[in-house]
Amino acid sequence: MKNRKQAAPANASRRKFIISTAAAGGGLAVGFNLPFANAATKAAAPGAEVNAWVVINPDNTCVIRIARSEMGQGTETGLAQLVAEELECGWKNVRTEFVTPGNNLARKRVWGEMGTGGSRGIRTSEDYVRRGGAIARLMLLQAAADEWKVPVGELTVADGVITHAASKRSTTYGKVAAAAAKLTPPDAKSIKLKDPRTWTVAGQPIKRIGTPTRLDGSLVYAIDLKLPGMLNAAIKACPVFGGKLVSFDESSIAKMPGIKRAVRVNDYTVAVVADTWWHAKKGLEALKMVWDEGPNASQSSATIAERLKEGLTATTNVFAFRNEGDAPKAIEGAAKKVEAVYTTPFVPHITMEPMNCTARITADKAEVWVATQNAEASLAALSEQSGLPLDKCEVYKHVLGGGFGRRGGPQDYVRQAVDIAKQFPGIPVKMIWSREEDMTHDFYRPISQCKLTAGLDADNKLVGLHVRVSGQSINAWVNPSAIPDGYKDDRQLQGWDYKPGDAQLGYSVPNLRIEYAMRNTHVPVGAWRGVNTNQNGLYMECFIEEVARAAGVDSLEFRRGMMAKFPKHLGVLNAVAEKGDWGKPLPPGVFRGIAQFMGYGSYSAATAEVSVSPTGEVKVHRMVLGVNPGHAVNPHQIAAQIEGGAVMGLSALMFEELTVENGRIKQDNFHAYPVMRLAQMPKIETVIVPTFDFWGGIGEPTICVVRPAVMNAIFAATGKPVRAEPLKNAKYV
Amino acid sequence: MAKLNINGRTRDVNVEADTPLLWAIREQVGLTGTKYGCGVAQCGACSVHINGEVRRSCSVPVSTVKPTDKIVTIEGLSRNSSHPVQKAWLEVDVPQCGYCQSGQLMAAAALLKKNPNPSDKDIDEAMTNICRCGTYQRIRAAVHMAADMAKAKA
Repeated sequence: MKNRKQAAPANASRRKFIISTAAAGGGLAVGFNLPFANAATKAAAPGAEVNAWVVINPDNTCVIRIARSEMGQGTETGLAQLVAEELECGWKNVRTEFVTPGNNLARKRVWGEMGTGGSRGIRTSEDYVRRGGAIARLMLLQAAADEWKVPVGELTVADGVITHAASKRSTTYGKVAAAAAKLTPPDAKSIKLKDPRTWTVAGQPIKRIGTPTRLDGSLVYAIDLKLPGMLNAAIKACPVFGGKLVSFDESSIAKMPGIKRAVRVNDYTVAVVADTWWHAKKGLEALKMVWDEGPNASQSSATIAERLKEGLTATTNVFAFRNEGDAPKAIEGAAKKVEAVYTTPFVPHITMEPMNCTARITADKAEVWVATQNAEASLAALSEQSGLPLDKCEVYKHVLGGGFGRRGGPQDYVRQAVDIAKQFPGIPVKMIWSREEDMTHDFYRPISQCKLTAGLDADNKLVGLHVRVSGQSINAWVNPSAIPDGYKDDRQLQGWDYKPGDAQLGYSVPNLRIEYAMRNTHVPVGAWRGVNTNQNGLYMECFIEEVARAAGVDSLEFRRGMMAKFPKHLGVLNAVAEKGDWGKPLPPGVFRGIAQFMGYGSYSAATAEVSVSPTGEVKVHRMVLGVNPGHAVNPHQIAAQIEGGAVMGLSALMFEELTVENGRIKQDNFHAYPVMRLAQMPKIETVIVPTFDFWGGIGEPTICVVRPAVMNAIFAATGKPVRAEPLKNAKYV
Repeated sequence: MAKLNINGRTRDVNVEADTPLLWAIREQVGLTGTKYGCGVAQCGACSVHINGEVRRSCSVPVSTVKPTDKIVTIEGLSRNSSHPVQKAWLEVDVPQCGYCQSGQLMAAAALLKKNPNPSDKDIDEAMTNICRCGTYQRIRAAVHMAADMAKAKA
């Protein structure tokens, strides 16, 4: 990486930004600027920074810095546990503080990557945060040893209290921190980290940090921000993706209460700025505007479905991701053949806190207050959009009212807020999207279809499997250069990997072909919790169920027969089958389904117990969900993530489908787009089976097995496979 | 101009008659614990109590609220988070992102006031607020726990 002395220039590309953030900084002022940190995370008193991760206050409280974002997934708590484990500061003394990307940049990215997506928050920072905690501990101990003039090896520490048993002396981290901060830190590589099997803080089911402020209304989300002189903006983009804003008539709302101005945000977006957001929203609703909807206005769910259907049998521009043996030939010569086509729709994220961002732009400073999964991407967007260099920009992170992938890469809402605030120099402007804007201008989970064909031999063994996915590519929308030759997009085949470690298929099939036909649409797509494992896990595990039934073999036994070479996949499947009472009797009318799949470096499996009433009403009674994440940093939070993933998966399975009409998303709020509520919640039991030999993710892995387990139980109940999401469209009777 | 009794204090708010109570509470009174989630009374993030009844404040025009109506928001639910639902929510570690939880707590408190010993079915029917993080299982457990806490205290 090239060493640069200056921050990247304005309008830096994301790539340039990443290079510069690794090396830039030097003379910039350092200091935490957390004007709206909530009470639970605010530092008590000016403390001593022992190293980048650890600040010790005189009262012995320890501020642990968190670079990743907290959106409800518990990473703040898990990362603090990992640091505290090595620091030996005592959990009751732990406070947390979020790092800003401007400070990270100024300090040569000492806190590493800030992006929080792909279930990476803990697994890709565990090593350096644990070393950070251990280094701070060693420095604090050395400071005490220096003061007492005793060998450091004679000291012990527990809960931030350092003891020299021989001389019966003790002191605290708070007392030696200032001296420790002046010492040269030991080499990070020389640190021997604790064996996770001996953890006493990490690995424990500790309750989440910051809960009290979520129970009394005191937590300030970005949408709650108040700044002196602040204006509010409501926004509307062209309803048809790709359309343009032709004009708007500001005079049509000039006399409405509180209105300041209507402004053009970009080629396809208009905003109304007012004293309050309610006034801005009313103004926006009344504003006369003219759109050029463009050619995409002719698109609909039907035209999109046709395009995808063509991809199922296309012979050109098809990417053969895996091609082992000769699957078509093996299937042709098989004793029994099974074939099915599955479909999944566009779905939105719908974070409960709608997209919003507050921006204040002056001639030499650009600031945003925002809920973001990727604060460095927010900073880059702020710099590009404001035209100010990165060292004149700062992003104040707020904890997120939901993320699920929406607030990561696409920093559309940050760009919009900056484009509005630029037109009101020096005045902070808070832009809030209505739920209608949020639902109709998301980066949706991509639509796809999948054709699967299998051959069984005379012994009912699977001899050939041919999978063809046809659908929209996320990379084609967000990062086309990541796709070799313009169509070989392996990201869309997540979960079918040959290589181990991340999203490996857990079955041996002698003749296997996995293909992708990229069929893009005009609808924006992006990462949605679990991303492509959602669709692929459903396609694969529902189809394996069809094949098992065609073979006349028990669903669990059929899978086990192909898993001898995949002990970790098999391990979690077995654990779930046992806890889920596989093979044991059920109440009349209740049926079981099972599934396993892999994503985000963790192994997942599920059973579901489901009934289908004579009128076709599906009820999920109980699910057992299992995961092997390698290391389990907080089993309590893992269970919460598994429960949450189950809800998001079940909600999508039962209800969720966006349709496209006249080029736009038809459903714009919950009255037209039902999601799962408490009444539909089954009993969820979790099985966590860490094997202590790798680091996997937690936020996303288990969502991919939720739907197939339920759909396979429906198949067991009705004798017919369900092949399309959502179930609200299915006919069982 | 309207007078609103919020958390025991009378507040003068300078809004048009059709302004939803939610936005008067958030933007005029400055209490932001009550959240905007949908604006169409579907998600419940804006739930408050009016004379003890849970209401979705995004769809209650200020003009329909009398100065004598007692409005309670999450900030006024209890002193020091001492309401049984707040204590149970903490004990069960319910919130994830937390954005919907003000509304969930207000809905739960209203349920328990009417029905101190709710069954699962009662909870299904009363707790219709949307949580996208998926904390429903813990909400159910916490409502039962809060009911037990209230009974133990009584």
